[in-house]
Amino acid sequence: MANEPVKSWETDYDIFSKEYIKDPFPIWDDLREKCPVAHTERWGGSWMPTRYEDLFNIAKDIQHFSSRDVLVAPGGPPPDEDMEPDEDFPEELRNYDVGAPPITSDPPVHTWARKLLLPPFSAKSIEMWEPETRALCASLVDGFIENGRADAAVDYAQQIPPRVIASMLGIPTEDADTFTGWVRNFLELGLTNTDLQGEAAREIFPYLWDRIQEHKEHPKDDLIGYLLNSEVDGEPVPDTHVLGTSFLILLAGIDTTWSSIGSALWHLAQHPDDRARLVAEPELITVAVEELLRAYSPVTMARYVAEDVQYDGCKMSEGDRVLMNFPAANRDPNVFEDPDKVIIDRKKNPHIAFGVGIHRCAGSNLARMEMQVSIEEWLKRIPDFRLENPEVVTWAGGQVRGPRSMPVVWPS
Amino acid sequence: MGRRSGARAALDAGGVAIVKKVKVDGSKCQGHNRCHQLASELFDIDDYGYSHQKNDGVVPPELEEKALLAVENCPERAITLTDD
Repeated sequence: MANEPVKSWETDYDIFSKEYIKDPFPIWDDLREKCPVAHTERWGGSWMPTRYEDLFNIAKDIQHFSSRDVLVAPGGPPPDEDMEPDEDFPEELRNYDVGAPPITSDPPVHTWARKLLLPPFSAKSIEMWEPETRALCASLVDGFIENGRADAAVDYAQQIPPRVIASMLGIPTEDADTFTGWVRNFLELGLTNTDLQGEAAREIFPYLWDRIQEHKEHPKDDLIGYLLNSEVDGEPVPDTHVLGTSFLILLAGIDTTWSSIGSALWHLAQHPDDRARLVAEPELITVAVEELLRAYSPVTMARYVAEDVQYDGCKMSEGDRVLMNFPAANRDPNVFEDPDKVIIDRKKNPHIAFGVGIHRCAGSNLARMEMQVSIEEWLKRIPDFRLENPEVVTWAGGQVRGPRSMPVVWPS
Repeated sequence: MGRRSGARAALDAGGVAIVKKVKVDGSKCQGHNRCHQLASELFDIDDYGYSHQKNDGVVPPELEEKALLAVENCPERAITLTDD
């Protein structure tokens, strides 16, 4: 089913098709005009709005559009018949279905789960992590600058978020490559391959469970420590909740931001004027990051229709899924002037790359900081660079879009 | 806050200075932090990341452009800019 050519983007779209992954922009433009809420039977079936206003409205309507399932092709881990279960991992959790609150929850659980998570991710709290992130980026550049070439996705973008998030959580940064592998298997390849997703889940949850138990024995001042020390209604946060939230932080903090950093460098590699401007006017970086987030928004979440609803002439039934195509919304000409053009100092830019409404990405301040610092440190040392061969750049797509291999060269 | 004196505020027909004010609707703000990024002079952020107008929302004339940017960039449409 997956590999059959798309018959019609209006009634048979496939977000995992090569065409969509490589260049979804003309498809969205077409749909916005002709069929602003498209539908497909593929991957379990879903609806896909592409207009800003529709995404805005649906994100706000949490009564009809629940977050209990945020992946569009969710298989969930199959029973681990062949796998030796981790002995330390509680039996009652071996369905690997603890969720990832608050992203997978609705109020009332969402309300306290989010409140718990917001302070350590506020802009002020995130400032603390900037020096470490900067040092990491500088050391990565040190590793390849003499070569005159690097894979900006593999050697740079991909290396940053897993280390920063591991450091914040309080789990070994040496395991960063393992985390990256898990995230790819769970979210990137796992969406269309439930075996791979299940395998990843069966490794991630016991791993995090062990780290949580270690934190209980030897309390530490990090995110896991913070979650364990927190109380909800006078009671400690349950371990299973700490597990689900740690899982969310690890997963959501990795391939999303790495995709954004990669896309930003992909753009800059091909736009010498924008590079030159950021070098000459470094204070533009904050608005530039917002513009790059708008133009290359990585994340398409999903919602679960909680009760039958008619939206824009579409009869959506309980259990249907809706793809929250925030990236398409951010290219809507009704909201953004010249939406396909990256205007590095764009003034009016109410993009919803981090979503909108109560599920606004809790890690948005962290993602911004990582993008800003990684672009600054790159341009400081490598102000002039280009794609070695645009044809060999590979992209991941589906629910998270970004370059996965991107060789770039510079004068050494 | 009273009327400011000596600022280049616009005057209404009666010659009274028009003070512009920003206001964050707390029920809409979701903590995107865009207003604070663009106009930290006008907005405070609490420990959870939610925004609130500073100084009773009074916008000095030299910050009017920044106030408008905050309004235009808020994804939640939570900020209004009005003549007091």
